[in-house]
Amino acid sequence: MKVAVIKYNAGNVRSVLYAMERLGADAELTDDWETIRKADKVIFPGQGEAATAMKYLKARKLDELIKSLQQPFLGICLGLQLLCDYSEEKDTSCLGIFPIQVKKFPAREKVPHIGWNLLENPADTPLLKEIGDEPYAYYVHSYYAELHPEYTIAKTHYMLDFSALLHRDNFYAMQAHPEKSSVTGDRILKNFLAL
Amino acid sequence: MLTKRIIPCLDIKDGRTVKGVNFVELRDAGDPVQLGRIYAEQGADELVFLDITATVEKRKTLVELVTKVAQTVNIPFTVGGGISSVDDVKALLQAGADKISVNSSAVKNPDIIDEMAAEFGSQCIVVAIDTKNLDGVDFVHTHGGRKPTIKVTQEWAKEVMERGAGEILLTSMDHDGTKAGFANDITSEISSALSIPVIASGGAGNMQHFRDVFTAGKADAALAASIFHFKEIPIPALKAYLKKEGVPIRI
Repeated sequence: MKVAVIKYNAGNVRSVLYAMERLGADAELTDDWETIRKADKVIFPGQGEAATAMKYLKARKLDELIKSLQQPFLGICLGLQLLCDYSEEKDTSCLGIFPIQVKKFPAREKVPHIGWNLLENPADTPLLKEIGDEPYAYYVHSYYAELHPEYTIAKTHYMLDFSALLHRDNFYAMQAHPEKSSVTGDRILKNFLAL
Repeated sequence: MLTKRIIPCLDIKDGRTVKGVNFVELRDAGDPVQLGRIYAEQGADELVFLDITATVEKRKTLVELVTKVAQTVNIPFTVGGGISSVDDVKALLQAGADKISVNSSAVKNPDIIDEMAAEFGSQCIVVAIDTKNLDGVDFVHTHGGRKPTIKVTQEWAKEVMERGAGEILLTSMDHDGTKAGFANDITSEISSALSIPVIASGGAGNMQHFRDVFTAGKADAALAASIFHFKEIPIPALKAYLKKEGVPIRI
């Protein structure tokens, strides 16, 4: 099982690689087109800021590559946001896999949303099988993807309901960090590797 | 609902845990990696590793340790102790730490908070504040609480937030080691005044203390060391208790 972890100017990639190692997958951090295209699975990690990340992806034509990929693909955190249409973060036009807007949390409560929160109403889908009755995941983010009637496969509540996980065709995305989400995160990553 | 976090803190010297630990599961009681893994399995929400090594070899040993922890543990962890430059932070984050914490070095040179936040993002910069009440006023202390400064704690907390800190780790030196409960008043005051999470530390002696710091103290997270290490309070029992008491908690 070859997993390509897309290399771009995002933090926190080391933890994703270690998680893959723990789960027995052969993961490589790469921005090479052919390596990514040939991989069995692709992970698009993230932590950072949307505009800078999109600029970096476009400069290397990784935006076009991502949109053309056919194998199971998992965006994490900022990776989820970049797969949406648009982010309010620095007024950024994103990849458009999911026809969803990414918005900034209102300042009613503490922002960023940091800590463990519940994945609610998980859809009956292979990515979310056997995640237990109270699946908690670890979040660190200031922007959220709105709910979508078709593509949202789990939601989380913080001030409002937002998309915790998204799925369309071969594209999956998770706002929380599965690599830091203990047994729930390990389960979701295992399910992803088994797709 | 966002849950309150329980955070065990491990003191590290030369890559080994310092305070005695009492875990029968541990073959090597001084191994922070094994201890961290056990805490994660027991339901700890995060871990803090505080390095008190004073040698020149410090950074290399710490980076090696952080790498091993990141490879082994599947929950977030923070590393602190003697971090004073952007390069220090970079080495630790690249090794796999999720956050770093700064304390004395930020008091000495507050601009490093701005620099670190600009370079790596606020979400990974924790500013630790040691506070002690002197004649009714809360003052920031450094060097493990031994050296008083002229900074008023509440003002410094606001300043570090404005400079880009993502979280505050507030330790009351008046409560630390007493096992008489957390400093709920100042924790609540600072948590209510700021828009970033506050981790309360110092004074945990029983399970009620945790309930109180989350309710009266309005803390977002609570940190403790010896009561976890010596199993006076097992984490699963603590979390079950807090849940029963109506505190939002991850089981």
